Amino acid sequence: MALERSDVEKIAHLASLGLNDADLPQTTAALNSILGLVDQMQAVNTDGIEPLAHPLEATQRLRADVVTEVNHREAYQSIAPAVENGLYLVPKVID
Amino acid sequence: MQWEVVIGLEIHTQLATQSKIFSGSATTFGAEPNTQASLVDLGMPGVLPVLNQEAVRMAVMFGLAIDAEIGQHSVFARKNYFYPDLPKGYQISQMELPIVGKGYLDIPLEDGTIKRVGVTRAHLEEDAGKSLHEEFNGATGIDLNRAGTPLLEIVSEPDMRSAKEAVAYVKTIHALVRYLGICDGNMAEGSLRCDCNVSVRPKGQVEYGTRCEIKNVNSFRFIEKAINTEVRRQIELIEDGGKVIQQTRLYDPNKDETRAMRSKEEANDYRYFPDPDLLPVVIEDSFLNDVRATLPELPPQKRERFQAQFGLSVYDASVLASSREQADYFEKVVSIAGDAKLAANWVMVELGSLLNKQGLEIDEAPVSAEQLGGMLLRIKDNTISGKIAKTVFEAMASGEGSSDEIIEKRGLKQVTDSGAISAVLDEMLAANAEQVEQYRAADEAKRGKMFGFFVGQAMKASKGKANPQQVNELLKSKLEG
Amino acid sequence: MHHMTLAEIARGLADKKFSSEELTKTLLARIAELDPKVNSFISITEELALSQAKAADARRANGENGALLGAPIAHKDLFCTQGIRTSCGSKMLDNFKAPYDATVVSKLAAAGAVTLGKTNMDEFAMGSANESSYYGAVKNPWNLDCVPGGSSGGSAAAVAARFLPAATATDTGGSIRQPAAFTNLTGLKPTYGRVSRWGMIAYASSLDQGGTLARTAEDCAILLQGMAGFDAQDSTSVDEPVPDYSASLNTSLKGLRIGVPNEYFSAGLDPRIAELVHNSVKELEKLGAVIKPISLPNNQHAIPAYYVIAPAEASSNLSRFDGVRFGYRCENPKDLNDLYKRSRGEGFGVEVQRRIMVGAYALSAGYYDAYYLKAQKIRRLIKNDFMAAFEEVDVILGPTTPNPAWKIGAKTGDPIAEYLEDLYTITANLAGLPGLSMPAGFVDGLPVGVQLLAPYFQEGRLLNVAHQYQLNTDWHTRTPTGF
Repeated sequence: MALERSDVEKIAHLASLGLNDADLPQTTAALNSILGLVDQMQAVNTDGIEPLAHPLEATQRLRADVVTEVNHREAYQSIAPAVENGLYLVPKVID
Repeated sequence: MQWEVVIGLEIHTQLATQSKIFSGSATTFGAEPNTQASLVDLGMPGVLPVLNQEAVRMAVMFGLAIDAEIGQHSVFARKNYFYPDLPKGYQISQMELPIVGKGYLDIPLEDGTIKRVGVTRAHLEEDAGKSLHEEFNGATGIDLNRAGTPLLEIVSEPDMRSAKEAVAYVKTIHALVRYLGICDGNMAEGSLRCDCNVSVRPKGQVEYGTRCEIKNVNSFRFIEKAINTEVRRQIELIEDGGKVIQQTRLYDPNKDETRAMRSKEEANDYRYFPDPDLLPVVIEDSFLNDVRATLPELPPQKRERFQAQFGLSVYDASVLASSREQADYFEKVVSIAGDAKLAANWVMVELGSLLNKQGLEIDEAPVSAEQLGGMLLRIKDNTISGKIAKTVFEAMASGEGSSDEIIEKRGLKQVTDSGAISAVLDEMLAANAEQVEQYRAADEAKRGKMFGFFVGQAMKASKGKANPQQVNELLKSKLEG
Repeated sequence: MHHMTLAEIARGLADKKFSSEELTKTLLARIAELDPKVNSFISITEELALSQAKAADARRANGENGALLGAPIAHKDLFCTQGIRTSCGSKMLDNFKAPYDATVVSKLAAAGAVTLGKTNMDEFAMGSANESSYYGAVKNPWNLDCVPGGSSGGSAAAVAARFLPAATATDTGGSIRQPAAFTNLTGLKPTYGRVSRWGMIAYASSLDQGGTLARTAEDCAILLQGMAGFDAQDSTSVDEPVPDYSASLNTSLKGLRIGVPNEYFSAGLDPRIAELVHNSVKELEKLGAVIKPISLPNNQHAIPAYYVIAPAEASSNLSRFDGVRFGYRCENPKDLNDLYKRSRGEGFGVEVQRRIMVGAYALSAGYYDAYYLKAQKIRRLIKNDFMAAFEEVDVILGPTTPNPAWKIGAKTGDPIAEYLEDLYTITANLAGLPGLSMPAGFVDGLPVGVQLLAPYFQEGRLLNVAHQYQLNTDWHTRTPTGF
């Protein structure tokens, strides 16, 4: 099943990527060729096989509940594009 | 048409850990913006999460308290969406394998009955930051101090049938998490927040109606109002021939109305998948047993014990057991005064109305359990009467010291010397000779009423200090004589 | 001086034949002169390097010793370095001065290593040619018209050009081993979890692993010793003791069972590379190894599964680049959506955007089972193949790549052609196994690599085999003309 231009627009929106209209045909073609490669998986019989998320299948370690961080706001915000009064600024958010 | 309301709730409780769920930042409320936002909380490139043991312990504790299946193999998943208070572009949550599975809660309703509400699941996740509007000329400011605070999201079955039931359920959860010490329950600070899923259907219909979710309702009163408002809106909409659309709404307490949220207009595709930076959380039986051993006595057990041990009514027992602080206070008073019914009465009535008037919680009570217990002892040994006790109680509330000090200082000690009482009575009867004549001439029925008049006069004459029982007895013999 | 290996430098410093400062100055001058031809560095950290070199010399003067004390290295530009640009080869992070050091960076600094700079790479480590960097393509010192491989192409080219003896790198689907093969180096990707990922900017979290690029196995052992170890800040880090890698180098290969998978020699492999691989097998047989044919039946399914799992994880990992707290932000965003879409659309290059979209699609409602879950199941089949094979053999050997380095631009615009070049390297990442590529000859003047794979935490065994091979061959000592 090939992606259409509108599918690619939807995916780009999901991923918050602003695509140029001019690039859309090329992007659509590239995604379709990648998905064509990926679709080779469907021929593999995986009945009864458990998915593997981590190679070593270890379990989560737990951290002691201790405060170890101190305030570095100034340093961390010195690399931010827009801050005011210690807050990161973004264009107005409407709930 | 008769409508039935169907309500399910998602309650987000902030767990009372010292540090965040995946970082070593403090979780203190009210700090300067972004001073409790570490590299991990800010979602800096290259950072990684490590799970806080205490958050796991608290979630398991909650699960055990609602008799739920504990997910001994639970998995963190990423919920992907873009929002400025979500620094990584995903929230670490749990999807398919939550830490707490199916359980239930028994909630006491106002009519004295108990209703069982199913809990579908409860899962651990990280809180988002906060967006601060209207301060920066059209821009929004982002504070990420709250980002990464551990949350336990408790999802109920759609078992509630009225706003009142919903509130009773939230109150029960609120009491429980405070009992367990896993959440401070401070709703004004957002420690416990509620999303209400509301739908209506014609009575008798089996299928559910289309539901709307009211996001982030933060007080018991607003939960009730928001649900009732939304129910009205949905019924009016349907009765006018319209259809309810599934959507996320916000409750505006000023206008008492709900409105659709702009930011949630499009259906989200959260693309959940297991977080590859975290491994499955495995809870060993030994861990489970350790947590179980630390479980405190919970409200239902406490209520039953109060009934059995102290002979209290279901109502009194459940009121006293509704918060751990109140139950502890009550038990301390009993341990001093030794009279459970007297203690229950004073804690619920006098102390209750005092706290109510002053807007205080029981752990801020101006009269300590030791003070109240001490005073009740003085009632029991006849040092003061119940009536004088109210005066003593008020004096203790305004900081005048212990009951003994107040009784001594104000000279409130009850008079029990029959000679002294007899003298007071003689004087009073002499001053009311006419009434004494009338009393003696009256029949039995009338006498009963008039006797009260003499008691009142006697107590007044003794400034309330005469032992009421002695007054009764002596007065009777003098009048009969 | 620039021809010395880490081991030789350590001896020279210990014998006071030269100081770290002298060496550092020599190499910095060489980089300034020759790197414009290669483009292997994104940032040169001259000031830091000189101060670290002086500090190392002072520590040596105080009687301290250590294989890395005063040794010049460079970091792939996705390891965070405090106060120094950490770009990931992307416009998105061109202005990003990391506010902290990666664990690898701080461990190596503590060992006394001298950081000459940050090396070029495919944007966000996505690529096999080092052509997708915002800072331009890296050239292969063996043929400046050819690619050096990727994504650690800058680290590989810098070491191959004798700018420095060794560099850190990362490997998600072959990003250490493939450039090692293309530039005649020894490259080691350790077991998943052996090297901390804290501060290593993620491409695909369950596949990424930091490792080493150097000219010899001996040097890889030295550098890995400084990088490996448990890190409480990384939940996927493994709490296993780190062996002495240099100590294992001289074990005899007598009786070592080497498995050669049939599947590696099917169509697609350049027959000249096949011949060189067989030559290396014969060489190892001479050293006492026993060769066994084996089968990895699911090998061919690795590429499709990888190109679901890696993009899926990447699509989520790269969501944090939103123009709010760090990195590129578009000019005058008109609203929040515009801020996100333009910052990301303008900040990310074409290949990164492609993989984000493939990943978002593979995870989206209705496709998750058919793509992501299916790929995870194939991942287990691939791991199971290896577990069965390692019942019978100690090491698996094959070609690192099906072809030698290609001409710059030859595969541009054809992502599939590039993806297929990862055929032999990807399985080790899916299974989390350690893998090493070592020089094994030349085709048309371009280097060819042989790949060795071993069971979990057997990095020492890989280094041992490669070192014994290098004691008996001289491919790894060949130097590109002009360097």
